[in-house]
Amino acid sequence: MSIGTRSTFLHLGLIALLFVLAFVLPSYHQGNLARIMVLATYAIGYNVLFGYTGLLSLGHAMFFGAGMYGLGLAMQYGGLGVIPAFAVALICAAALSAVVALLALRTIGVAFMIVTLMFAQAGYLTVLYFGAWTRGDEGFVIAQSARQIAGLDLTAPTTRYLAALLLFSAALLITARMMQVSFGSVLIGVRENEERTRMLGYDVFRHKLAAVIISGTISGAAGAGYAVLFGYVGATFTSVQYSIFPLLWVLLGGAGTTIGPLVGTLFMFYLIDYSSGLTNAYMLIAGVVLVLLTLFARAGLVGEIRKRWVAWLP
Amino acid sequence: MILLETKGLTRVYGGLTAVDGVDFALPKGEVHALIGPNGAGKSTFVGMISGRIPASSGEVWFDGQNVTPLPAHARIRRGMAYTFQITAVYARLSLADNLALALRSRDRGAALAALDRVGLADRADQMTGDLAYGHQRLLEIAMGVAQKPRLLILDEPTQGLAESEIEGFNALIRELAGETTILLIEHNMNVVMALADRITVLEMGRILASGTPAEIHANRAVQDAYLGTG
Repeated sequence: MSIGTRSTFLHLGLIALLFVLAFVLPSYHQGNLARIMVLATYAIGYNVLFGYTGLLSLGHAMFFGAGMYGLGLAMQYGGLGVIPAFAVALICAAALSAVVALLALRTIGVAFMIVTLMFAQAGYLTVLYFGAWTRGDEGFVIAQSARQIAGLDLTAPTTRYLAALLLFSAALLITARMMQVSFGSVLIGVRENEERTRMLGYDVFRHKLAAVIISGTISGAAGAGYAVLFGYVGATFTSVQYSIFPLLWVLLGGAGTTIGPLVGTLFMFYLIDYSSGLTNAYMLIAGVVLVLLTLFARAGLVGEIRKRWVAWLP
Repeated sequence: MILLETKGLTRVYGGLTAVDGVDFALPKGEVHALIGPNGAGKSTFVGMISGRIPASSGEVWFDGQNVTPLPAHARIRRGMAYTFQITAVYARLSLADNLALALRSRDRGAALAALDRVGLADRADQMTGDLAYGHQRLLEIAMGVAQKPRLLILDEPTQGLAESEIEGFNALIRELAGETTILLIEHNMNVVMALADRITVLEMGRILASGTPAEIHANRAVQDAYLGTG
């Protein structure tokens, strides 16, 4: 079986497993997993840029936020339905990532991290500044009655779970396919050796630009999905914390692996969930585990599995 | 017919003129060696030809067109290939993946064939970083050759190769000669004398002499500056 076929089986198998879980999980975990899949979509978007292209952004919350506010404001003030509002969200995220990319990609390394961080901070402050519409930190709730697609009630637990699965599957399959075609190989080439890639005749800037836009748009789709499925839009989601989360999830799960983002998000979600049941100082437990993982599993969970046992993992 | 031409090509680093108004012409099909002492400006000169290093002034013409304003990747697309002096391969990818990027194709047969030209086909699935240095050099050469360039620029290709590998390299270049035009920076004079149709000697950023190997060997100025007596 070729590596491509194995990857396809792995991804379809994972999606099938998540589908079955919709009907067997107790409602508490079903709700958690729906949230995890939306956040994992965000991590998948982040992984396109960080894991595959080797560009570390500290400002992805602005793309998540562009999707979240693009959808939220379009529904709240534009009176749009879920699908058109989702399209608006994607356009907002794609446009913002294109603009940010054109400016930030003039820098590399640490400067790129700082520039993205600053842009995201500007985004966060913009949300606060227009508090009359965004309601700032407090945020706003999208009415339950509006969160429907053609009679399907996205607030019903199982429907919501399946909608989250649809979003996650689309992001997973799109990125997995992307990494099987030559565009993906060139991104890896850029990550591994930018100068060599340029001197093989590839336009490095255009590939990076495309990577930022794809990454930002998937992140925006996750933000929009979060808003519509959980009904809340707030400035916290554009804060620096939400720029750091996807980095942590991807590092934990395995940068540059297709299923790492889900594994990392799942792991961290339940780590915090479980440790907060034990003590109020749950971030201490989470912190220690994270330190241990970065010390002993530097490639992340899926990355270590690939390194040690299953070399074909995509 | 002239494939490559430079007109007054100059590169200034701060107060230092590394390459100073070089006029150079390379006919199609020729194997041309650039020699000269360290710091003569050889790498800077080929860097400007490939577009890796921007020229301070002067022009580069390739295949009848002025390519000076083009970025490096666009020049490569027009049929140049460049191998680095300091090996620049993808250390964390397999040899086959390295070749796939050079070939712009995932055709495994083509990758194996290209590796076979330098005797590395049996290592196709190894991680490149695990190879010995000489093998990494050979991979770099294979990646340059695999692009089927019209102009192949090799910056000190035999540095770090064993004697037997150098023989293989010479044989490979002779195979390419005629169809591919080759511009080669080389310190190993045995390689230069064995391969080059013509030689240009650079010193202090200027052309000191240019001619056939026999002419260069007999050139008094070159002997004084570079070759020594012998």
